[in-house]
Amino acid sequence: MHIVVCIKQVPDSAQIRVHPVTNTIMRQGVPAIVNPYDLFALEEALRLKDRFGAKVTAMCMGPPQAEEALRKCVSFGADDAILVTDRAFAGADTLATSYALGAAITQLGREQPVDLVFTGKQTIDGDTAQVGPGIAKRMGIELLTYVSKIVEVDFAKRRLVVERRAEGGVQVLETALPALITMLEDTNELRFASLPDMLRAARCPVRRWSKDDAGIQDVSKIGLKGSPTVVSKVFGPTPRTEKAEVMSLDSMSPDELSRTLIQKIFTKHPHFESDLLDRPRSTP
Amino acid sequence: MSQPKKSAPAKTRAFELPEHLKAYQGVWVFIEHDRGQVNPVSWELVGEGRKLADALGSTLSGVLLGGPDEPLDAFAKEAWAFGADTCYVVRDATLKGYRNQPFTKGFTDLVNQFKPEIVLLGATTMGRDLAGSVASTLCTGLTADCTELRIDQGSRALAATRPTFGGSLLCTIQTLAYRPQMASVRPRVMAMPRRDDAHVGTLVEHSLGLLESNIITKVLDFIPDASRNTVNLAYADVVVAGGKGMKTPENFKLLWDLAQVLGGEVGATRAAVQAGWVDAERQVGQTGKTVRPKIYIGAGLSGAIQHRVGMEGADIIVAINTDPNAPVFDFAHHGIVGNAMQVLPALTQAFKQHIASRAARRVA
Repeated sequence: MHIVVCIKQVPDSAQIRVHPVTNTIMRQGVPAIVNPYDLFALEEALRLKDRFGAKVTAMCMGPPQAEEALRKCVSFGADDAILVTDRAFAGADTLATSYALGAAITQLGREQPVDLVFTGKQTIDGDTAQVGPGIAKRMGIELLTYVSKIVEVDFAKRRLVVERRAEGGVQVLETALPALITMLEDTNELRFASLPDMLRAARCPVRRWSKDDAGIQDVSKIGLKGSPTVVSKVFGPTPRTEKAEVMSLDSMSPDELSRTLIQKIFTKHPHFESDLLDRPRSTP
Repeated sequence: MSQPKKSAPAKTRAFELPEHLKAYQGVWVFIEHDRGQVNPVSWELVGEGRKLADALGSTLSGVLLGGPDEPLDAFAKEAWAFGADTCYVVRDATLKGYRNQPFTKGFTDLVNQFKPEIVLLGATTMGRDLAGSVASTLCTGLTADCTELRIDQGSRALAATRPTFGGSLLCTIQTLAYRPQMASVRPRVMAMPRRDDAHVGTLVEHSLGLLESNIITKVLDFIPDASRNTVNLAYADVVVAGGKGMKTPENFKLLWDLAQVLGGEVGATRAAVQAGWVDAERQVGQTGKTVRPKIYIGAGLSGAIQHRVGMEGADIIVAINTDPNAPVFDFAHHGIVGNAMQVLPALTQAFKQHIASRAARRVA
């Protein structure tokens, strides 16, 4: 049994700052982390490993320094780590990324067949949630997104039952292996890295795969060339043309200020006032 | 997503579309429905799709996939009323209840046959699952979670704007040499269009050609959410939200008090959710919910883009912050510089009195 977990190294977006004049990202000093959503995928894979003795391979596409993110996964219990890294991948959008990762997983399957692929539901830097479905389609395997629970898995019978978060409820789905699961957040709690695993992670040889190692021949499908989407403009948010009417507690009491504000709002939006009076509200 | 800094700005230079892609015409919206209800995000997109189709001088179509016993004809009529010219309908027993494989096949077959140039889907669990699968199958570009859609006059391509890098910047993305151009938009980002029941369009039926025995994934059960989710933040008319500046979970009660008087819901920034002061389902922003209330009162929040994109569609934005330079004052309509813990109780009291006095006058 072989499980692949796809992870991404991302800048900790909570700590990203934008240069106020040039509108460029100030990356200096922003720590790189494993995409937090991917950790739910990793933990779920490790739980299957605990139960069934599967081999877990962590895979990441990214620059050489993403090796650190893979080591992190090994410290939690992943058995093998592959960094898919090549200058030819630069500028990849979600379609080109899915193609490259799909090819790499297929290639890995030649070493040992892959039964399950896990990804997080999305990344915190791109937020697109497209790469998981893209990999599944590229590999031609079953796709299960937003999985909240793995109910049953039978590797011998190639059968899998999961609960999936759908609009307005939970779908219970039965499918066949191999399959790709995008794991929903807050569905499990990541284990602590054990000391032996941490030591193993420090020594673990992270395998580096170029596009050739990943079995990719058609360079028109990867990197900038394989990306249908083009970023035409990057810009900072524009302030509203009309500046906010600002009042300050320095010059008014809270009560006075509140009454003035309400007057201003209702004078400008009389409909809102009548609307508010008609609105059902719970009595305090 | 492409890394913005790596790509040279494509700007608005005229782009000559390859000959075989010129056949792609018209704007499509995937009309998502579930247990007899169309998800309102689909109508929001029909409204937005209408504007794009008009800008292109082209047509707008809705796409409906569902079971033979589902009210697809009624949904098509609604789609016309909201502005669609045509509805493509695929009825098949395998399309009852969303599953990736039959829906992906149904949708990609329609695209391959009728060749739309733009395809819009709601960024819901269903729409995102389908959009990613359809785009990968068709090998075309997909821009997720757009906050603005327009037609680039130079290239006649869809210019889709979305927040990037966790919402600290915005970027505009185009799919130039591929068709269709796909985009997803989250619920409530676009306004609900006006409905005109006199507007009637055409219906095109299409068959799926897929047998249940060829579908690998089976639905064993569907467990509806117990309370139909009592929190209806996305559709609330009044939202009172707080951020890290509220300092303690106790102070968050001040937001609840005001929300109660106004009959609204409480929202929060990611920081406040991460601090555990409020449930994650109340997060407003790029990774939370998008709200479009009549009034939005934000207290103790700075107005980072991550949060801003989730609420700037509000009719009235009131911001309360101790820092007069907080970015939230750049897009609020009314700003209060001061301590939220002092302002909120006073504001709650003032609204309460105002409502009581007006209600009394009405009765009299």
